[in-house]
Amino acid sequence: MARKLCGAIVLAVAVFTTATALPAAPAQAADSVVLIDQFTFTPQRITVKAGATVTWTNEDDVPHTIASSSKLFKSKALDTGDKFSFTFTTPGTYEYFCSLHPHMTGAVVVEAATGSNAAR
Amino acid sequence: MTSDHDDGHGVSRRKILECMTWAGTGVLWTMAGGVPRSMGIIGEARAAEPSGLTFLQISDSHVGFDKPANPNALGTLEEAVNKIKALPVKPSFVIHTGDITHLSKPSEFDDADRIISQARLDVHYVPGEHDVLDEDVKLYRNRYGRGTKGAGWYSFDANGVHFIGLVNVVDLKAGGLGNLGNEQLEWLEGDLKGRPASTPIVVFAHIPLWSVYPAWGWGTEDAARALDYLKRFGSVTVLNGHIHQIMQKVEGNVTFHTAMSTAFPQPAPGAAPSPGPMKVADDKLRSLLGVTDVTFKRGQQRLAIVDQPLQG
Repeated sequence: MARKLCGAIVLAVAVFTTATALPAAPAQAADSVVLIDQFTFTPQRITVKAGATVTWTNEDDVPHTIASSSKLFKSKALDTGDKFSFTFTTPGTYEYFCSLHPHMTGAVVVEAATGSNAAR
Repeated sequence: MTSDHDDGHGVSRRKILECMTWAGTGVLWTMAGGVPRSMGIIGEARAAEPSGLTFLQISDSHVGFDKPANPNALGTLEEAVNKIKALPVKPSFVIHTGDITHLSKPSEFDDADRIISQARLDVHYVPGEHDVLDEDVKLYRNRYGRGTKGAGWYSFDANGVHFIGLVNVVDLKAGGLGNLGNEQLEWLEGDLKGRPASTPIVVFAHIPLWSVYPAWGWGTEDAARALDYLKRFGSVTVLNGHIHQIMQKVEGNVTFHTAMSTAFPQPAPGAAPSPGPMKVADDKLRSLLGVTDVTFKRGQQRLAIVDQPLQG
């Protein structure tokens, strides 16, 4: 129960942060949140539109990092409650892992923003 | 999970599993005839009259950790150091198998130094992944890296025993485990070249050099190559930390041992959804403080383990 509430707050904060940081982001690029809990990225694979910002929040008692396998992005070590955001502008699949606990892996799938609009 | 030997002394698999508990102390090692023998957890006044070289292993002090599993990791480190100071036989030196700090903060390194230096013993460190959170590993290397290679590996000799400190916590690969890397492995091969096979070897590194539980990352990707260089030696002891519990395994002439943390316990492999810090009741924690005697028998290379709680 507490965790769900916590997640909702995190989501709200992330949306607020990215909305102010990225005024030029297209409206359809909904921003997304990945939680780090129990040494797992949740969701492990997330699909977003180009231009969207993904925010990771560490809910574990130990630090983790978000490190792109292609070295496109890398966070500092996130202590409990710390966040890291990255904006994905180009469609593609972006694999990442925790450089401290490399068995923890995840992926961000970025779809073209215009293509999805047409589909609607 | 463990593949320890059952032997005639009743050291059963069950007993060993029972011993995967936490104690906020260190392990005292002694070299008798070139073969390491654990003297039990420090604080137990059993370290009387060891012959030859005696040294001590502490691990995973996580200075800066303040979560429910142990809100005062610095305090339990100090307890461990006080026990070292109270030993009837002074060890020759200490080995710290990494995760000195929780977040690689200068203040955490300062606090750790302030407490550990009270033991008034030489300390030989290797880093854990928590000690190298800065990209270029400067914080660790500036303090502990003198005379070391790469990210901090080195070797030294004491009383005819060759000690090798390895670093397996940098440049980790996605989906992988601990990593030694080619440069370090080449150095290791050269370091061992020409040494008589009778030289007792002690290797220490943070992450276990054997596959304890790969699903939790408890192993080292390229350890097999290191062990290949070591296999001609008659007595090899591998001391690791990282998993915050005692585990042992014997494979040929190689004895593997992981130490307890001085900060917080972690669950047995697969016993929890993740390897995160394990909260136990305060009174239970004290009853889980244990002593571990490990005896390495020359020739047979089987190890006998006797663990007892400090209380109760």
